[in-house]
Amino acid sequence: MPESTSAAATGATIELENLTKRYPGNPQPAVDGVSMEIGAGETVVFVGPSGCGKSTTLKMINRLIEPTGGRIRIGGEDVTDIDPVRLRRKVGYAIQSSGLFPHMTVAQNIGLVPKMVGWPKPRIRSRVEEMLDLVGLDPGEFRDRYPRQLSGGQQQRVGVARALAADPPVLLMDEPFGAVDPITRDHLQDELIRLQHELHKTIVFVTHDFDEAIKLGDRIAVLRERSHIAQFDTPEAILTNPADDFVSGFVGAGAALKRLNLTRVGDVEITDWPTVTVDDPLQHIIDRLRAAGGNEILLLDRRGRPYKWLRRGDLMRAKGSLARAGTLVHDTVTRDGTLRDALEAVLTDNAGRVAVTGRHGRYEGVVDMETLMNSVHELLEADRLDALEHRHDLEEARADRTQSEQEGSGGFGEEGTKA
Amino acid sequence: MNFWEFLSSRHQQLLTDAYQHASAVFQCMVVATALGVLIGVVTYRSEWAGNLATVTTSTILTIPSLAMIGLLIPIVGLGVPPTVTALTLYGLLPVVRNAIVGLRGVDPALVDAAKGIGMSRPARLLRVELPLAWPPILTGIRVSTQMLMGIAAIAAYASGPGLGNEIFRGIASLGSKNALNQVLAGTLGIIVLALLFDAAYVLLGRLTIPRGIRA
Repeated sequence: MPESTSAAATGATIELENLTKRYPGNPQPAVDGVSMEIGAGETVVFVGPSGCGKSTTLKMINRLIEPTGGRIRIGGEDVTDIDPVRLRRKVGYAIQSSGLFPHMTVAQNIGLVPKMVGWPKPRIRSRVEEMLDLVGLDPGEFRDRYPRQLSGGQQQRVGVARALAADPPVLLMDEPFGAVDPITRDHLQDELIRLQHELHKTIVFVTHDFDEAIKLGDRIAVLRERSHIAQFDTPEAILTNPADDFVSGFVGAGAALKRLNLTRVGDVEITDWPTVTVDDPLQHIIDRLRAAGGNEILLLDRRGRPYKWLRRGDLMRAKGSLARAGTLVHDTVTRDGTLRDALEAVLTDNAGRVAVTGRHGRYEGVVDMETLMNSVHELLEADRLDALEHRHDLEEARADRTQSEQEGSGGFGEEGTKA
Repeated sequence: MNFWEFLSSRHQQLLTDAYQHASAVFQCMVVATALGVLIGVVTYRSEWAGNLATVTTSTILTIPSLAMIGLLIPIVGLGVPPTVTALTLYGLLPVVRNAIVGLRGVDPALVDAAKGIGMSRPARLLRVELPLAWPPILTGIRVSTQMLMGIAAIAAYASGPGLGNEIFRGIASLGSKNALNQVLAGTLGIIVLALLFDAAYVLLGRLTIPRGIRA
């Protein structure tokens, strides 16, 4: 049945209740009683060592692997026993190395699910164009190509487009970027984040790469063998307060550095810096620098973009022309860049600061080493306080419980002694 | 009478025989393909059923064709029925084996992907597995056809149709002046037919194998 609404379906909740998979002849279950609630529009990443059952757990959500026990609910509906074909049409599925059918063109691959659910041809055609646009491929150029005529990254994009074509509320991704080179993977991750900002699907993403998990996940489930949940929390919480040795082992070294990936330049204090433009006369520049009292001034080009750093000495030696004076600005960051990007830029700059730019590369301010240090300290301190509070809450709840249990059992004990 | 004079004087008969030969092979191939692919589809997913199908069909192939036709005569009689039965049975093996190999050779990740995006079992088979297994199946059909071209000549032994009649007649009257010409005409006719069929298969491959998986 063709859907009458053209508005994109946003995410649905997923509830897993005691989901278990046993294989015959194996006394240990492959997945042992996973319970989890995933909110609508949330991106949850399953991360864990290979063979921990994360992929099996994912495949049980669309029942590519039939669970031997437990329930699955999507959007409140119990889908554990419905026709799996009907279930899978509501759940997008993207896999490693794209899984595109080599004998079909890009358009046929993307249009497959809409065609199966009976959309009329013109609607399928426009949907294919829309999806190609969405994943950043030009429809005119790519529609009629075969998968083998695409690069790995392009294939992966088409794979995601196919998974989203019938507008499912839920998207399952099984190590989708595992087989592409690191640079392309980085692009694809950025792309997925952008997509998710537009679409608000519920995404369950499986990876063994913890950095990928931090980058993409609203929440991360760190899984150990048999899919036991070691910790299920926000990336910040897992980085600053790993639940146990297994999780901290998986987080790996440099948790503080990884924390930098989670904060944007826009979230920290950006300082003002004296600026002049290339059209200003030299005398004016010297006056500005003297008035600012610093040792350095930032020269902007005619469109307001950072162009050169000018020092006092440069100006003295300039002799009327700025053409050769100063050092070119070779690296800038945007407000959306991560603190890690900023730190990278600051460390490579010999004076320890980097210009922040906004739309069209226009100058907005400067971040220096000191600001970064202070912000990172504040962040880590705040995280630590959060974690402490969280732990305190947990302990309090536990204390309440044990107290009531003790009171209960104490009562019985007294009766026992009386008798 | 030299060979060319023989051909021009007997071309009517030769053309009829050639036509009947080609038509018998073609029709048996259609039946063998349909049956063979069906057997492949039914058996490829089970280890033992697939092996059973392959072993059975290759056992059939080891029976000498003359013996097979001889054995069939008491059961189905003379003429067309034993020819068609024998040819179809012989034609099965390469098709069945290549269908099973082809279907088993489809990347499991693709089958998984097809399942994962919600294709039903028949849709998976028709839209993904068979198209991907088609090139090896077509090769099987080609091999079968070549083989049947030769085997069909034996059909004349059971008074069947085809160019085999020329060959058998020639052999029966060895020593007479046209004997060699007859055998030669029959044999060359079969070779020419086999080459024509092969060309047709190349064309068929061009038309039916999707551009995305063409080698």
